[in-house]
Amino acid sequence: MRYLIPVLILAGLVVLFAAGLKNDPREVPSPLIGKPAPAFNLKLLGEEGSYSNADLKGRPVLVNFFASWCEGCQVEHPVLLKLAKESNVEIIGMDYKDAPEDATQWLARHGSPYRKVILDNEGTAGLDWGVYGVPETFVLNADGVIVYKQIGPMTEAAWREKIAPLMAGAAK
Amino acid sequence: MISELGHFALILALGAALIQIFVPAYGVWKRDPRALAVATSAAQTQAMLVFFAFGCLTWSFVYSDFSVAYVAANSNLELPMVYRVTAVWGAHEGSLLLWVAILGGWTLAVSIFNRRLPADITATTLAVLGTVSVGFLLFMLLTSNPFDRLFPVPLDGKDLNPLLQDPGMVIHPPMLYMGYVGFSVAFAFAIAALVSGRLDSAWARWTRPWTTTAWLFMTLGITLGSWWAYHVLGWGGWWFWDPVENASFMPWLVGTALIHSLAVTEKRGLLKSWTVLLAILAFGLSLLGTFLVRSGVIVSVHAFASDPARGVFILGFLTIILGASFLLYAWRAPKLTSEGEMTLFSREGLLLINNVFLVVASASVLLGTLYPLLVDALELGKISVGPPYFNAVFLPLFAPLVLMVGVAATVPWKRAKLGDIVRHLRVPLIIAIAAAIVVPLYIHGHAPVAVIAGGFLGFWAIVTAVQEIWRRMRAKTTLSAGLFGVPRGVWGMSLAHFGLGVWALGVTFVSSYSVEKDVRLSPGQSIDLSGYEFRFDGVEPHVGPNYDSDYGTVTIEHHGEVVATVHPEKRLYRATQQMMTEAAVDHTPLRDIYVALGEPLSEDASHTGDWALRLYYKPMMRLVWLGGAFMVLGGVLAATDRRYRLTRAAEANVATNSAVV
Amino acid sequence: MRTLLLLLALLPSLAGATMAADVAGMDASQEARYRTLIHELRCLVCQNQNIADSDAPLATDLRNQVRRQILAGENNQQIKDYLTQRYGDFVLYNPPFKLITLLLWLGPAVLVLLALVMAYLFTRRTRKPSTATALDEEKLRKLLDENK
Repeated sequence: MRYLIPVLILAGLVVLFAAGLKNDPREVPSPLIGKPAPAFNLKLLGEEGSYSNADLKGRPVLVNFFASWCEGCQVEHPVLLKLAKESNVEIIGMDYKDAPEDATQWLARHGSPYRKVILDNEGTAGLDWGVYGVPETFVLNADGVIVYKQIGPMTEAAWREKIAPLMAGAAK
Repeated sequence: MISELGHFALILALGAALIQIFVPAYGVWKRDPRALAVATSAAQTQAMLVFFAFGCLTWSFVYSDFSVAYVAANSNLELPMVYRVTAVWGAHEGSLLLWVAILGGWTLAVSIFNRRLPADITATTLAVLGTVSVGFLLFMLLTSNPFDRLFPVPLDGKDLNPLLQDPGMVIHPPMLYMGYVGFSVAFAFAIAALVSGRLDSAWARWTRPWTTTAWLFMTLGITLGSWWAYHVLGWGGWWFWDPVENASFMPWLVGTALIHSLAVTEKRGLLKSWTVLLAILAFGLSLLGTFLVRSGVIVSVHAFASDPARGVFILGFLTIILGASFLLYAWRAPKLTSEGEMTLFSREGLLLINNVFLVVASASVLLGTLYPLLVDALELGKISVGPPYFNAVFLPLFAPLVLMVGVAATVPWKRAKLGDIVRHLRVPLIIAIAAAIVVPLYIHGHAPVAVIAGGFLGFWAIVTAVQEIWRRMRAKTTLSAGLFGVPRGVWGMSLAHFGLGVWALGVTFVSSYSVEKDVRLSPGQSIDLSGYEFRFDGVEPHVGPNYDSDYGTVTIEHHGEVVATVHPEKRLYRATQQMMTEAAVDHTPLRDIYVALGEPLSEDASHTGDWALRLYYKPMMRLVWLGGAFMVLGGVLAATDRRYRLTRAAEANVATNSAVV
Repeated sequence: MRTLLLLLALLPSLAGATMAADVAGMDASQEARYRTLIHELRCLVCQNQNIADSDAPLATDLRNQVRRQILAGENNQQIKDYLTQRYGDFVLYNPPFKLITLLLWLGPAVLVLLALVMAYLFTRRTRKPSTATALDEEKLRKLLDENK
């Protein structure tokens, strides 16, 4: 009966909205999941030489985009420090659109969970990795392929539920 | 104390609203006239209580009572008084109170102006309005209480969002809400028709003025919103197809379809169940808009701070009220039969086609607005749907509408002869085509196809509207007989269609001939844009009541003569430390010149050196809002037509009954 | 802390400098393409704005990227592909025509055709049958003739 069409459409919309209430419309998922890390070749902070995407292969790593001017990075920092110390996770830091002196000062003050800190002053690597706000953390497997992106500060829950299992599976 | 009184008033209002629902409902069921009469007193009590609560919140703002959490979050000691009052509706809780207060206003009006309605219809209508009141009052009392206290009391408030500290804020939300809420009256009348099983021309005649009034307020609210965004946001745009803008446009489109459908139902007793459905849809879309804006499911500059709990409540309320309405529709609408033939080539046929395009346009806007949500919910990724989509989809639906606007006024009811119509429309057609080619060529020297097409539509609507009035007046003997002899409804229709044409012209010219330039200027330097010379006279620091600004001066010259001196500003609001671009606009009916300060380019903190500026030349920009204004005026004339003010006795002679259960 | 504030203070002026330099070096058709593109690309950190109207640093970066690529000779599709590879389709305000957006792009046209057909069928349904009247007239005449 065509008179039932309106109520059926309403039912469909309500289901859609109920599902929509659970999602965050501002979160932008990464199209790089399942793809190799984008190419880069940048200088390091506090040491000579440079670092490229090839250096990311061979073991699972976390690549954490941060900056000294970023508030969320301060929030996640203790979590990263804990991961680096207790779980022996290799975290490579990408210092995004930052002045090297500021990064050095900031890390001196808050401690550094990073094996290496790469300088992405212009934000070119950020653009290639699809970074739209710091902090963001990328999980790479041993083949240098991105398997997960943590948008926003790293949390213990995210580590426990999503990232640790991926890294355990990726360690070959 | 005042705040507690306001809170208490809301609770009492909830009680009154519950009485407003259940006692009259009982009265309709048992045909008890005393129970029916309770509807009016309960409704008026509820309205008074809600007005009182609104007054209490306003009082708290005027006297800067920061012990009220909502006041502390949205006001400040340095905030000018006018914005302290408008801050009442500046955020979620207060704007809900405005909603409820305006609903109280409409409820009060229905409880007073119902002499011509049967008692059971009045009672049912007020009861339905009562259910809407109960929903929103509960929403406020349970999740969004504007009267919550805050301890310890802060010394100063957080200040009203600088974007809202503008004259537009004073008037746009109240007018828009008058429209949103006003459609609840048509909705209530529709439910009353379904419940009673009676829908005749008399019903349509009662419903029309209420619906037209709601429609004109909606038009006014949307026009003001567009004008405000243009002045405040600093990027020269006036419509972005933002989800919240769409949330107001969808009920407007369906509301426009409704007022046209009501004309058919009144005149020929046709399209009854369709009209009822439209009335439910128009209000349903208003409720949907409320949900979209306050629940956090979409991203928008206009969205209120969201809370999923609130989203769940509104969704629940929406489901109950619309679900019940549509179920009632499915059950009772088949009984609203129409007797009468409809052919497509007649006024009622063309109005049906008009409805088709308006409703499909609204559905398309809904599709585009909700599509990202759909794709995300199905976990298929994240996409964006923005102006390129909406423009591509809306314009092809809009063009046939404007074409029909010109035709429909000359096409008679029941059956039309093609020969007559062509004869009537020959002259307007030629004038419209000629004007569409000549005017842009004359003003700008070149006329792209898009301009000629859009210009033709605009001139077509204008010329046919004028022709209609001309034809009718010519049939009278004297000028005054002509002016006052033509029914107000016809004046209203022609003026509204005229306004549509003016709007279409404005949009066409502004879209094709706008020029925009980003420049870097030193004080004293000039630059040319579209034949106007802009001289940047530098920036100096100014201190405002609650902001510090970089106050710029730009002198605009045309052919060597000074045309205007404008003062774009960059304001830093002290309390929130938020930066605002205060664009400067010099406007004449034929063009807007828009200047906005970008960023200071000198290294010193005084900002008196070089600046980046944005300059716009926008021809016919004012026509966009002037068109809206004409539509509003047309609505006012149409809603106050004499035949809506007939007495009961005359009413009986005019009414034609059909289809009774 | 002072360095942080200084940095923040510099950021807007950097944005302004780029804004004015945005169209430097482009010819008329390149500038037109630039303007169209920046109005069609979404600012990912904003509350629903395109990168043309946004002052956010990321928007400035993306405008720079578009400008660089136009000057390097890339066409519009290549520039959009570059951005969607990094940010997904979310960055496009003009949704691409793919399987997921089929309903979106075809919906309105299908709806309007369907609705027009339904409207036409509705008017047909309201038509009064005239055959019954003719038959009744026939019967009436016969009866009258019989009773003559």
